[in-house]
Amino acid sequence: MGFSKHLNGVHVNHSKNTAGLPIIPMPAPEKVYIPMSQHIGAPCTPVVKVGDAVKTGQIIGDSDARTSAPIHSSVSGTVEAITQGMTQAGKIDTIVVIKSDGKRELADTVVPPEINSFEEFVAAVRASGVVGLGGAGFPMGTKFNIKPGTVEYLIINGAECEPYITVDHAAMLEFTRDIIDGIRATMKWLQIPKCYIGIEGNKPDAIAKFNELLKGDESIKVHELRQIYPQGAERVIIYETTGRIVSYGMIPWNAGCIVANVTSMLKMSHYLKTGLPLVSKYITVDGDIVVHPQNVLVPIGTPIADVIDFCGGLKEEPGKIILGGPMMGRATPSDEYSVCKSNSAILCFSKAFSNQRKETACINCGRCVAACPMSLMPARISRAFKDKDVEALKELDVLYCMDCGSCAYVCPARKPLNFEFRQAKAMVMEASKK
Amino acid sequence: MQAFIYPVVTAIVIALIAALMLALAAKFMSVPVNETQVKIREQLPGANCGACGFAGCDDYAAALAEEGSTVKTNLCVPGADAAAAAIASILGQDAMDVIEQVANVRCSGLCDSTKPEMDYQGIKTCAAAKSMFGGPGSCKFGCIGFGDCERACPYGAIEVCNGLAKVNREICVGCGICAATCPQKIIDIIPDVKRVFVACSSADKGAVTNKLCSAGCIGCKLCEKACKFDAIHVEDNHAKIDIEKCKNCGLCAKACPKKVIHVYPKPNVKPMVKVG
Repeated sequence: MGFSKHLNGVHVNHSKNTAGLPIIPMPAPEKVYIPMSQHIGAPCTPVVKVGDAVKTGQIIGDSDARTSAPIHSSVSGTVEAITQGMTQAGKIDTIVVIKSDGKRELADTVVPPEINSFEEFVAAVRASGVVGLGGAGFPMGTKFNIKPGTVEYLIINGAECEPYITVDHAAMLEFTRDIIDGIRATMKWLQIPKCYIGIEGNKPDAIAKFNELLKGDESIKVHELRQIYPQGAERVIIYETTGRIVSYGMIPWNAGCIVANVTSMLKMSHYLKTGLPLVSKYITVDGDIVVHPQNVLVPIGTPIADVIDFCGGLKEEPGKIILGGPMMGRATPSDEYSVCKSNSAILCFSKAFSNQRKETACINCGRCVAACPMSLMPARISRAFKDKDVEALKELDVLYCMDCGSCAYVCPARKPLNFEFRQAKAMVMEASKK
Repeated sequence: MQAFIYPVVTAIVIALIAALMLALAAKFMSVPVNETQVKIREQLPGANCGACGFAGCDDYAAALAEEGSTVKTNLCVPGADAAAAAIASILGQDAMDVIEQVANVRCSGLCDSTKPEMDYQGIKTCAAAKSMFGGPGSCKFGCIGFGDCERACPYGAIEVCNGLAKVNREICVGCGICAATCPQKIIDIIPDVKRVFVACSSADKGAVTNKLCSAGCIGCKLCEKACKFDAIHVEDNHAKIDIEKCKNCGLCAKACPKKVIHVYPKPNVKPMVKVG
């Protein structure tokens, strides 16, 4: 990983326009469209039928698979349809359509869970439906289902290194105590001795608030991260806080670490206290054409168009709507798709702003090499991909690429490098299968 | 004179020693060459396309030339009957006809008949475009039209025009490289004698297909009723022809309301329209 003490990265324009704004809860929309696969792992099967009356927090989809998380209704109302359709993840999936009665009544099952043992704790985390809310969508219940005492560090990811997004920041300011309670519960049941809360240096108020509440507690430390993208990537934050290296094929657990997003921790903590599972998500709505950019608490399954309307609509025809941050998020072709668990932002940009400049030839300047946090050689990988040379791709460690987009961001030739690497990774995977 | 003799004699002696070494090496270190294999290899076209199922022409020739080989002599599609007959005569077997194959694209969605769903700005290859919401077109089953097949074809027999891959049946040898490359898996390799095929592979329901594409199969089953040989059936919301049973009569094509069943004219037929 080079001689530097820190990993490479790029200085992106933070554009945190909504920083300091409170989180505004959004009323239940007319209909919610809840896809049955909002996490990594086995998709859930619907456990409700068309015509059933459901209440907020009631389980509507579940799976027996080890890597999976239950899905709960985000509104109260009746199940209108169970259909197959395209979701915002770009896959065809089962979608449960629920017509809301506008009351958002809570289900009887929403009671604080009783936890007396490690098994009960893991079962409760799984029942909360919380997945990696930073964008990865890995089920928390599966992540915590380890042998207690095998992990040395719990790392809470509050870096929020992507431009525009401010929901984690807002949540850290508003629910600092809840987050700390969640961390303490996790450390207690998983027997983790130490915890780092990684927060990027551009959020001094959040760091100060954590430091104030954690006075006297030596086991939980706030680690101020440098203001450089991508500090919030799992491998990067592990290296920056603990100095440990997670190589390809390893999971953080092999390095004695568990990483959890700060909002995941908060939602888990809320479930432990109130019994309300993950039914709504904090979302930043921003972009140059949004009338009122703000942070919203959105019921899961709300169509993107409804969320944009709640924020005052758009000033002009959008050129690009991105779900997630501008660096790693995906552009979506339609605003009919619904918000799901792993979304954290809806960014709408005008045509002029989002227009892509034309790709030119590589001039071998090497800026991509200097930018790559995993110390890869993007320019050479790109050439090997053009030649369809699987052996060379393997040699250049393309599988280490985590798709952060730093190389494409700095490229003066505007080459879509990380998009190429996604194809290259698929190519290598397919070749190794044969 | 003396000045010449020494170098000349030295050179001759060195040459003789070298020749002796080479002769010995040829005698003791020679690799046995199967002459039949060389002869067969000469008859093969050398395209290394893999249509025979072997890793290239050399591999196929070696497999044929092996003692007691049961490999068929008619597997070379680009070489056609001529190569098959030549190979059969070398091996002393009866000549077998080559079943000529041809690629066939199961889509007829031109740019005018379908609509784009998004303004795709990524890498201009079908495989990359498919990774973004199944492709930029509104139909998620049809030809994406960035020409991965065109770039893969070693014969230049397939090209994309107006957003749809078209096969030139005159040039196509049926090697199947395009079928393996296509990320949508809509290219079939069928025997050249079959002239009727369904040019749609949409698994959407009829009403949806009708909305998305003016040239899509809506699964109305009129072709099923028209067929006298039980050769065409609607599966996955589009018609599929059983090539074993199809007799090229074209009744299904006449019955099709969306005109997605195409009939190729018989080869060597005089054109209907006189020119000039």
